[in-house]
Amino acid sequence: MADAPIISLRGIANRFGSVTVHENLDLDVLPGEVLGLIGGSGSGKSVLLRTILGLRRPQEGDVRVLGVDIIHADEAARRAVRRQWGVLFQDGALFSSLTVIENIKVPLREFTNLPPDAMDDVAAMKLRMVGLAPEAALKYPSELSGGMRKRAGLARALVMDPAVVFLDEPTAGLDPIGAAAFDALIADLRAALGLTVVMITHDLDSLYAVCDRVAVLAEKRIYAVGTIGELLRVDHPWLREYFTGPRGRVAAGVAEVSGHAGHDAPANGQARAGTPTGTAEHAAGGVGDRAS
Amino acid sequence: MRETVPPFREPTLKGDYQRPDPDAHAGAHEPGLTCAPAAASADGAFARGMPDGTGLAQTCAHEQVFTFTGAWDVGSISRMTSRLLRHCAGVCAACGVRGDAPVVHLDLAEVSRLDTAGAQLLCRAAANMAAAGAHVVWHVPDTGRAMLLDRVRAIDISTVPRERRISPVLRALNAIGASFVEEWEQARSIIGFLGMFLVSLAAAAVRPWRLRWVSIVHHMEQTGIQAVPIVALLTFLIGLVTAYMGSEQFTRFGAQVFVVNLIEVSTLRELGVLLTALIVAGRSGSSFTAQIGAMVANEEVDAMRSMGLDPMEVLVIPRVVALVLMLPVLTFIADFMGVLGGGIASWLSLGISPGAFAVRFLEITRLANFVTGLVKAPFFALIIGIVGCFQGFRVTGSAESVGRLTTQAVVEAIFLVIVANAGFAILFMSLGV
Repeated sequence: MADAPIISLRGIANRFGSVTVHENLDLDVLPGEVLGLIGGSGSGKSVLLRTILGLRRPQEGDVRVLGVDIIHADEAARRAVRRQWGVLFQDGALFSSLTVIENIKVPLREFTNLPPDAMDDVAAMKLRMVGLAPEAALKYPSELSGGMRKRAGLARALVMDPAVVFLDEPTAGLDPIGAAAFDALIADLRAALGLTVVMITHDLDSLYAVCDRVAVLAEKRIYAVGTIGELLRVDHPWLREYFTGPRGRVAAGVAEVSGHAGHDAPANGQARAGTPTGTAEHAAGGVGDRAS
Repeated sequence: MRETVPPFREPTLKGDYQRPDPDAHAGAHEPGLTCAPAAASADGAFARGMPDGTGLAQTCAHEQVFTFTGAWDVGSISRMTSRLLRHCAGVCAACGVRGDAPVVHLDLAEVSRLDTAGAQLLCRAAANMAAAGAHVVWHVPDTGRAMLLDRVRAIDISTVPRERRISPVLRALNAIGASFVEEWEQARSIIGFLGMFLVSLAAAAVRPWRLRWVSIVHHMEQTGIQAVPIVALLTFLIGLVTAYMGSEQFTRFGAQVFVVNLIEVSTLRELGVLLTALIVAGRSGSSFTAQIGAMVANEEVDAMRSMGLDPMEVLVIPRVVALVLMLPVLTFIADFMGVLGGGIASWLSLGISPGAFAVRFLEITRLANFVTGLVKAPFFALIIGIVGCFQGFRVTGSAESVGRLTTQAVVEAIFLVIVANAGFAILFMSLGV
């Protein structure tokens, strides 16, 4: 039961006019995992994220998050789910008229009845947890650097201790040191808070450093999903280029040297070990079909 | 005194995590807290996490067990905060009375959900008791939770500055002072901006081929031609209303025909140009700020500068020049429509035929009234254009500031136009025109 998918997408189709972005797309996210979502530019990663969040209604298909049908459920049920997820948009999406600490307190104000002092305490804790300097609390978003805005956005996403966190390109636009620190932060918070994380990323280092599994969005569906080791065995030109191109090789080399390569992730329980392999085989089967 | 934290296995980076509690999604358990002397439960039931064997129980006479149950999370702790802190205060008070330090056991084995906020509250309570001299012993069987508590304990939030809650009176005084300083600064920089504009304009006047004529014509269309319908309609209506109101007053002493004089002096001298300026301030002044502001926020202006283009020359001069050229034209249209409206109203309400109106109008019209109205137009255009562009350049980063400064540009432009109009009235009066 504990390993039932926390998010499950079935048969999703997204079309913009005559352009089909997704067709018959399936995806499962297991509780407690960090799932990376990769795909070329324009492959519809952000559209998929918006679909999961219920910001966009797909033409076909079902989205279930934490057991709630996001598309057809009534507003009360959807509200209840929204309280249990946190979203970090690309540039933080902080409210520009509020200070950082006020931004972090927004969900607390909306969804809890904590007294003001306790809200300040909880928000201050999250501010420090994501590694922001104390002085950042009273600054406005326009006074922050891009990296600090992302951290503040993450603090806001985490303030309710959600079950699921969605990250849209969390490390894009950060310097390598900042990006590595952000990766470590996500891994750390995941371990401490038991988060499930879905992250869109282009950053190979992030994939190796924090992702348990990686889902590849290609050919209008989730083409393959599995550990990086499994994906390396999938025969697809884009994937091959992605992982074995010059940047991919460097990232893989670094990951091996530093000793926490993603594809050697310990298998936790039968279901977790089983599902990715199954999906990867399915994907490999798909490739075989096309070849014949 | 001190806190004893049982050692726990350091979880590996991957894989070892606290599973989200499935019940958490289905509505949390009520949190609970019982507080009892250890004697009641110390015997067998409480063997699980006791550090250092049983030594403590023998050395300390006074022991308390806090047993936490249910969900201690951000949604539920507000109900428990005061209760927990009350128990804490009891322990703290006991510390002062007894000679030996009391021992407090915090038992988290029955907790169904613990999040950061809950952990924070527990840590705060523990820290309070430890500071008062109690010996706090944690019993946390779950490694994930132990790690969360550890992390929370390690973070010091006292350095995070709080928003100061100041009295409304002080806040109001502060706001008044701040706005004075801001207006002063702004007045200085807007004069500086005007100076820069005039220098650039003089440079362009020497070499007119450097002027961006395409851009000027574009803005003439945007700010001038497209404003014609609304300017015409509004001034027509105002002329109509002025004539109606005037005719009512003049009829009382049988001087209906002076309605024409009223129309002539009010429309040509004041209302035509002023209304046009106000409409244009709302229409074009705001759009200048929004356009330039969006470009500043999007770093387009910086890109322009880095390419060696002068934003003053590229953005400001075409807009202001176009406005200075078009506002007199719009004013002329406004004058015409105002008089037309007045004429129609006097025909309808007083029976002054259009022919009679025209004759009377031509007979009494002084060129000076028409010219004084028209002469003000370029100056108003300059005010509107400069304020609009100036505020656009003040945008900093956020989208919110674009909106705020756009509003400010319109308010300021209208304010300055009316002030300038008063100045012109005094000037013309003393000149006797």
